[in-house]
Amino acid sequence: MNVLTKAENTAAELLSGNEAVARAVWEAGATVGAAYPGTPSTEILENLCRYPDIHTHWSVNEKTSLEVVIGASVAGARAFCTMKHVGVNVASDALMSQTLAGVGGGLVIAVADDVGFSSSQNEQDTRFWGRFAHIPILEPSDSQEAHDMIKAAFDLSEEFNTPVIVRMTTRICHVKGLVQTGERVVPDNKGFERNPSRWVMVPANAKNQQQVQFARDEKLAAYVETSPLNRTEEGSDKRLGFVTSGPAYMHVKESFPDMPVFKLGLSCPLPVESIRTFAKTVDTLVVVEETEPLVENELKAAGITVQGKNILPRCGELMPSVLRPAIAGLLGDDVAAEEPAPPMAVFPRPPTMCVGCPHLPVYYCLHRVTRTTNICGDIGCYTLGAGHPWNALDTTTCMGASMGMALGMDLGRAEADKDKGIVAVIGDSTFLHMGMQGLLEMTYNKGNITVLLLDNSATGMTGGQDHAGTGKDIHGAPAPQVDFVKLVEALGINPERIKTVSPYEMPTLFKYIREEIRQPEPSVIITNDPCVLIDDFSRQTPFKVIDEECTGCTNCLNVGCPAIHVTRRATEFRADGKEIAKAWVTIDTVACTGCNLCPQTCSPDAIVPVDPADLFKPAPAE
Amino acid sequence: MNNKKSITNILVCGVGGQGVMTATEILAQTAISLGYDAKKTEVAGMAQRGGVVTSHVRFGEKVLSPAIPAGEADILIGFEPAEAMRWSTHLRPNGVAAVNTYRLAPPIVAIGLFEYPDDPVGMMRQSGVNVAAFEAGAIARELGDVRMVNTIMLGAIADHLPFEPEVLREIIVKGFRERKPEVAEANEKAFDAGRKAAAESASGTATTVA
Repeated sequence: MNVLTKAENTAAELLSGNEAVARAVWEAGATVGAAYPGTPSTEILENLCRYPDIHTHWSVNEKTSLEVVIGASVAGARAFCTMKHVGVNVASDALMSQTLAGVGGGLVIAVADDVGFSSSQNEQDTRFWGRFAHIPILEPSDSQEAHDMIKAAFDLSEEFNTPVIVRMTTRICHVKGLVQTGERVVPDNKGFERNPSRWVMVPANAKNQQQVQFARDEKLAAYVETSPLNRTEEGSDKRLGFVTSGPAYMHVKESFPDMPVFKLGLSCPLPVESIRTFAKTVDTLVVVEETEPLVENELKAAGITVQGKNILPRCGELMPSVLRPAIAGLLGDDVAAEEPAPPMAVFPRPPTMCVGCPHLPVYYCLHRVTRTTNICGDIGCYTLGAGHPWNALDTTTCMGASMGMALGMDLGRAEADKDKGIVAVIGDSTFLHMGMQGLLEMTYNKGNITVLLLDNSATGMTGGQDHAGTGKDIHGAPAPQVDFVKLVEALGINPERIKTVSPYEMPTLFKYIREEIRQPEPSVIITNDPCVLIDDFSRQTPFKVIDEECTGCTNCLNVGCPAIHVTRRATEFRADGKEIAKAWVTIDTVACTGCNLCPQTCSPDAIVPVDPADLFKPAPAE
Repeated sequence: MNNKKSITNILVCGVGGQGVMTATEILAQTAISLGYDAKKTEVAGMAQRGGVVTSHVRFGEKVLSPAIPAGEADILIGFEPAEAMRWSTHLRPNGVAAVNTYRLAPPIVAIGLFEYPDDPVGMMRQSGVNVAAFEAGAIARELGDVRMVNTIMLGAIADHLPFEPEVLREIIVKGFRERKPEVAEANEKAFDAGRKAAAESASGTATTVA
């Protein structure tokens, strides 16, 4: 892997928020960084691991990640971890207690909220953790601020003896802007200070540390009123004044360049008195925050009159296209003139599985048992199995939930469902993240679930990162590899009920699924072919359709492979008068991986390998 | 031609895996090399999985919000015609679009749940958009490498930028000279071919318009 040995400190560079954070963590002298991948935060550690003189690794989950960096901080190092918003739920057990103990070396957590649901199961607002855990929250508005605030966060962490969260959103993580970078400065590691009354959180110690925390709250509350991270920006049109933070600040400046703004950089604790002073300089104060009305409610509680979620949406990004009409309404201006033309009606294009994806056959098979089975899904690419054409997932909640929820569906079933099979579908990385415990709960409590453990040797949805089951570390170097068969056996699965199968051998896979559902004890079926997007995947000879042989039966379309396209359609009538929709197909041979799935669904054998001699001929024009 | 004070907004759309991000990266780097401030958005995550991908690039003296508001894009690059149609209302009045006409129908169209529009480019033109449309893949194949679609599409909008087309061309070619010198010359040709195809399509003299 390309290692950045010495970054030039000259011209500004075009960096994403995630790249800027990685650079700043390195500049701040952190020596330990850890993370579990999660959109939109993933690229932070992917970039950080390229810098020298800092240990980085992929964690098993966000809790272990935070615990590792807490340990590193207690040992005296500057330490960093990053996660997506829902990762904090997993890590919060460690966070909520360590906030009492405080830190050794600076401890910074970059949390990426998925405002706008680009790839998440909820849109929770990380800023709540600041209030809940009594810790400062910084909110950058672009890449440069992401860089600068990470460095400020390390200083704050040490000055106030607290973990610090830098709250990003998708619109910070995945936007590139010019960043002026700096040099790396590593502060002295003062070493571990043995002090059980501080580091051992038994009740008596924790009770004392709670007073330390309250004192810190007061110190921080005073500090935020003078912090350079918060500022007032003058404006000539004082009909309105805005209190805003994060990417919403940029949207406000874009939309209302002449109006005064109170820009929050260090937004927790909230600089209430500075905002009270600012409020007096404008006619109406408007809080523009993504996503919950958190600043708004705290200002209201302080007796400051504000407009906020009464005129603005409670969810999604507060882009100029959202702000302008809402604010125009507030000012009594005409909004109709600003509305752009409505979008043209085009079919939706939801994310789907890749061409030749090893999950395709799993869902082709599961689709065939949905009437007699309830299927609990999990978080990963295979969540897409809930969509067309498979429609083969009944639940998805959070990382690892398929295990416990399947057990619960077994235990809580109604009389009408007594004969139904229960299946749980989980990926390799998710299983290691939080699925193992659920499987143990299932075996220990004699549940009867058929688990499909889809091992594609990657954390697929976030871009194919390595994990403890792939045999490689974050740098691609060899690493100890979990043996899933031994692991699930150790967790209590009868060895006879553990089946390993290539998903591309669909008849065997389908046979295992049907057989194991009928067994009176839990089973684990492990599919073991790699993600098509990782280096370990190799293409085979692609397939094509012999047009004259295709009967239009549409069986192959139920695989759901994006390389299969329809060339013509027709409606035919069966002998009993029933309408049948026919569709004749072609295969995009450039995209086809030669996985051999669709030929297995083709009874007239119209799908055949492309003659290698034809492979490099130009395709006919459309 | 713009001065640096006004913002140039370019929206690139397509399907996951088509090189949308690369196009905006090159545009942003070109703008920066000329002393502009620039921002570009990237949407990753699930969009990689065959979903809709858009990337916005904005440049000028100082760029604030990174996202182009609907109705304010100066230029639209569509790597796929239905996606170009989907995003065409993001263009300002008299905005221009360059569209690769090669169609990528998603599985939900293949299984018959939705229909692919008959003539996306025609519908865009009907709505008043100035569209240059051609099959970039066919041009790329003629030049010997299907991966040059990106360069062709950048060539196609080069005459609508607030700076000389040669500046963009040179940045692209320089990038290839540094990373993959063996394809630098082919990309020069691809850029010129994209420029020519767009000019022909816009003037109605095209032969490859779908």
